[in-house]
Amino acid sequence: MHIVVCVKQVPDPEAAFSMLKVDEQARKVVPAAGLQLVMSPFDEQAMEAALRVREARGEAKITALSVGPDIARTVLKHALAMGADEAVLVSDGALADAGSEATAYALARAIRRMDAVDLVLTGRQAADWDAGVVGCGVAELLGMPVITFACKVEVDERIVRVNRVLADGFETIEADLPAVVTVSNEIGAARTPSLRETMRAARKPLIVRSAFDIGITPDEIVRLAARRVRERLYVPVKHNHCELIAGADEAAQGAALAQRLREARLI
Amino acid sequence: MAQPTSQTAALVVAETRDGAITPLTLELLGIARILALELGGAVAAMLVGDNSNAAEALAAHGADRVYLCAMPGAAPEYEGERWLPCVEHAVREIKPRTVLVGHTPAGGDLAPRLAFRLDSAVATGCVGVAVESGTVRFTRACYGGNVRETVSFTTLPAVATIKAGVGAPLARGASSGEIVPMAVPDVKPRTRVISRTREAESGKRLEDARIIVAGGRGLEGAEGFRVLEDLAAILGATVGASRVPCDLGWCPHSWQIGLTGKTVTPDLYFAIGISGAGHHLAGCGNAKAIVAINTDPDAAIFREAQFGIVADYRKVVPALAQALHKLKEEDRA
Repeated sequence: MHIVVCVKQVPDPEAAFSMLKVDEQARKVVPAAGLQLVMSPFDEQAMEAALRVREARGEAKITALSVGPDIARTVLKHALAMGADEAVLVSDGALADAGSEATAYALARAIRRMDAVDLVLTGRQAADWDAGVVGCGVAELLGMPVITFACKVEVDERIVRVNRVLADGFETIEADLPAVVTVSNEIGAARTPSLRETMRAARKPLIVRSAFDIGITPDEIVRLAARRVRERLYVPVKHNHCELIAGADEAAQGAALAQRLREARLI
Repeated sequence: MAQPTSQTAALVVAETRDGAITPLTLELLGIARILALELGGAVAAMLVGDNSNAAEALAAHGADRVYLCAMPGAAPEYEGERWLPCVEHAVREIKPRTVLVGHTPAGGDLAPRLAFRLDSAVATGCVGVAVESGTVRFTRACYGGNVRETVSFTTLPAVATIKAGVGAPLARGASSGEIVPMAVPDVKPRTRVISRTREAESGKRLEDARIIVAGGRGLEGAEGFRVLEDLAAILGATVGASRVPCDLGWCPHSWQIGLTGKTVTPDLYFAIGISGAGHHLAGCGNAKAIVAINTDPDAAIFREAQFGIVADYRKVVPALAQALHKLKEEDRA
């Protein structure tokens, strides 16, 4: 069985937001020097889901795949250290900031060129643009069914069974392989690579491909990227004053707050 | 690029719950009406499922035409493989300029897939929709709710998922649209729903609650939610949470409010032991008033709150509950 996990590098979402600058002119987010690029946490959880499937089955080849700049090698190395067998980086200047549609197209093309792929896993969304579009796009472009927002992924023979997060619980859905599944945070924490795996990862293959290598042209990328135009990028300005409730002790503060909420007709 | 004119300004994909149109769907109809006024053209709604009452409700709340895809025997609940062909068929028939879907587990599944099937593009998690010189612009939250991105489309239709609290519903009787039955496309679903499992909520649904008492990492354990539940009981409120307590198993996942959880729009929102990270505010920032209780005076939540108390919730929340109880008693007297 062959599982492909799509991963993306993002500015460390755990870092303070002040580490990012929004360049309104260029309509870009610029990370401060020294801010680490990490694997998007939802993609890390997609890797975790792939590893759990492999452990349950006893065998599976896991390929980590990324479309990104050269620096995305770091997140692919992280995927290898987590337990992926090989990594593929599609890196091309034409694909930089090309958006969800072009990224999904490049991923789908790269997957089509791989040996029989049974299951494609992605994070539910990337922690930078929060779009949640690429996984669905890959499925549509490959003509595969997709199950979104997974909190559990199991493979039984040729069937993938997924618990999909709902507003008030979850539903169990299955699909015949091959299929795409997008993974949500409810699946639980991703494992930290062990020292042994990290050492082994250094010997695993990390293959770099250009857009040309996977059979896509700059024209196609430009056309896909042009579907959506980013007109503005900004940090919302807040005009807010918080009235801090003082008091001799907590009892007084609680009573004062109740009073103020009543006066403001909020209760 | 010049956009071709269309007879339909917006197609709203309706969702129902217990047979009734969801409040978010009604908000989408409000947005669709504004788009129709600005762009010209009609408001259309699309309902999948055998539910003529819900179709009538859509017609009464601003839809000029309701396309009813009455799939016989189909569960009223969302199934991508069944809904997508219906919506795709409707879009190809009526060629709307925009397709508006709620930012829900259903919308997050349907909208991106639809956009790819139509060779168009999508904006998810929108917090604003505006028309400027004939162009529809969608503003969406990104970077964990800290940044806003305004986008437009060069392809049709523009597909968008819209968050709760962005649009205002029109009063019932705002229009009396016609209901147009639509043929069910002949498709074989490639996925099968085996079962659905519901998690218990602590009262009224978070999406419908007027008052919410939410807890975060600062509760320091599951028992903190018992303190919050006591306050919620007096207020008739629903208890919610930020992501950390859900991930740590202190409360059910369905309580999660934020970027990857629910978007709520209560009148009053208590954020207790919640630092106020962008990804949480993405789910509660549209509350009319926020009350923050936190031991850290520098917590970002105080920049969002109307009222704040810097104190240990274990002491101040019971005191608040007691004071509210007293006010209630006085009301009764």
